[in-house]
Amino acid sequence: MTQHELAIAVAQPAEESPPRAGRRRLSSSAGRRRPAVLRYWPQYLAISPFYVLFAVFGLFPVLFSLYLSFHRWSGVGERKWVGLQQYRFLVKDHTFYLSLWNTLLIWGMSTLPMLFGALVLAAMLHSVARAKGLYRMAFFIPNVTSVVAMAILFRMLFSSNFGLINVVLHWLHLPTYAWTNTPWGIRISIASLMTWQWVGYNAIIYLAGLQTIPNHLYEAAQLDGAGPIRTFFSVTVPLLRPVILFTVVISTITGMQSFTEAQVMTGSNAAVNPNSGGPGQGGLTMVLYFYQQAFSYNDFGYGAAIAWGIFLIVGVFTVVNWRLVARKED
Amino acid sequence: MLHRLRRAQVLPHAVLVVGVLISMFPFYWSIVLATNTSRDVFRYPPRLLPGSHLVENVHHVLDNIDFFGSMLNTLIVAICTTALVLFFDSLAAFTFAKYDFPGRNVMFGLLMLIFMLPAQLSIIPQYLIMVKIGWVGTLQALVVPAAVNAFGIFWMRQYITRAFPDELLDAAKIDGAGFLRTYASVCLPMIRPGLAFLGIYTFIGSWNDYIWPLVVLNNPDKITLQVALAQLNLGAGGALTDYAMLMAGTLMAVTPLLIVFTLFARGFVADLAKGAVTG
Repeated sequence: MTQHELAIAVAQPAEESPPRAGRRRLSSSAGRRRPAVLRYWPQYLAISPFYVLFAVFGLFPVLFSLYLSFHRWSGVGERKWVGLQQYRFLVKDHTFYLSLWNTLLIWGMSTLPMLFGALVLAAMLHSVARAKGLYRMAFFIPNVTSVVAMAILFRMLFSSNFGLINVVLHWLHLPTYAWTNTPWGIRISIASLMTWQWVGYNAIIYLAGLQTIPNHLYEAAQLDGAGPIRTFFSVTVPLLRPVILFTVVISTITGMQSFTEAQVMTGSNAAVNPNSGGPGQGGLTMVLYFYQQAFSYNDFGYGAAIAWGIFLIVGVFTVVNWRLVARKED
Repeated sequence: MLHRLRRAQVLPHAVLVVGVLISMFPFYWSIVLATNTSRDVFRYPPRLLPGSHLVENVHHVLDNIDFFGSMLNTLIVAICTTALVLFFDSLAAFTFAKYDFPGRNVMFGLLMLIFMLPAQLSIIPQYLIMVKIGWVGTLQALVVPAAVNAFGIFWMRQYITRAFPDELLDAAKIDGAGFLRTYASVCLPMIRPGLAFLGIYTFIGSWNDYIWPLVVLNNPDKITLQVALAQLNLGAGGALTDYAMLMAGTLMAVTPLLIVFTLFARGFVADLAKGAVTG
């Protein structure tokens, strides 16, 4: 599930289509004797592909990964039942905690500038009369571009030896930094990429939210002598609050599961294993650690345990976030 | 032009133009790097303008990876996935939106629950299934699991509920049209804008998909563009790396989708935002 999908699903509670008495009458004359379940066989057939595919590629895998997490298995040979041992190892695994820490840092460093920048851009977009569609398109382009491609580009922009960022810092007589060679540098590079890719998307969401705020509130603020900055903080932000809080929750769920950015940006730096998260393992996110254990080391049992660990952490984190949000709403 | 803008509009436009420049700069920079030589990449001060070595860099890309082969694979996967998703999702969505069959709400609730399950929980067993049925390294391993999805059904159902009046359904019934006929000749023509949105959305997602192709495609002849790009990047770890070649590959990989997006996606951005805000 991607950020877009989550955004749409959370914002649109499924509408119930009202029961339709008229059609009922029409169809009942056709098959009065047959039980409803048989009468509706074309409908069941129409929705069945999803459930069949899901049973094979969704439900079974989820259950099987739970089963695997109680085993030691490398994909070949005997599966060995080890009970809770994988989980016992997980709660003591320093690398897993490092990956959690990295994930949280990258999430924080990307989400705050991303949402703040989006808010500013959306407010500006809302206030202009011309070229709105053009701006919106330009802001959205980073979001449709492949993460792999942009991760390669960002690694070059941040390169310690020849990257443009350091060149510009040098021109400005500021100290340069070994972005791609240090844990903090790599985290900041990854967070920058995520910010760049998602700031425009969030701005467009905020803009749609802004457009639902009635104009007379702005006129009233103007009459009261409030300047644009005052209006922004006392009219726009409070009214946009549900949308803002909602983007925070969405960014939490997806940011906690970041993988591609980290995997590609640290990929060519590690001499031994390309999936180890770069220098000092600073770019090792939770999902990258999962991928490394499962698919670099073929440790399927431990990989499954990590996946369930991530699931729990993201779930708890989201619920806590949601609760905090709901309490502030009162 | 500037004097025609009201004074209050100057600041917003200035901020927005800066925003556009930041959004677009990485693309410009990838053009600069891809059109200069790899020696220029290390030059100080750096070259800030596009050069004339694009063709030579593109040749190096083609020497290193099967670029057109992997693009063809990506196209096949994206087109097949999109076609299947559009058919299965819209058919299921039409059924959920317009027919009150027994168990409908339970089935739909189940669908929403499934939608919330994170992907990494099922990746290992999915891979094991692909090993078992011999699909590792094949393109159907990418297409089949993605052929129908909860998000599309959910989204299309919302769309059809609004866009497709019940009277039409009754009219079709009176004309003697069966279920499939009603779907094909009454529903489908009416939901074309919705299909366009879901189609573009699915196509972009499929084109850019990375973790699953990375796991399941181990055959060098059958990789997608994103995996090929990552391999190019991985091979570029050494000291004598051809960074200009790497950038040319990156540019070649993103350009087709960007062209398609800017040409066909006028209403797409607005739809995506509207979906996320209004209920």
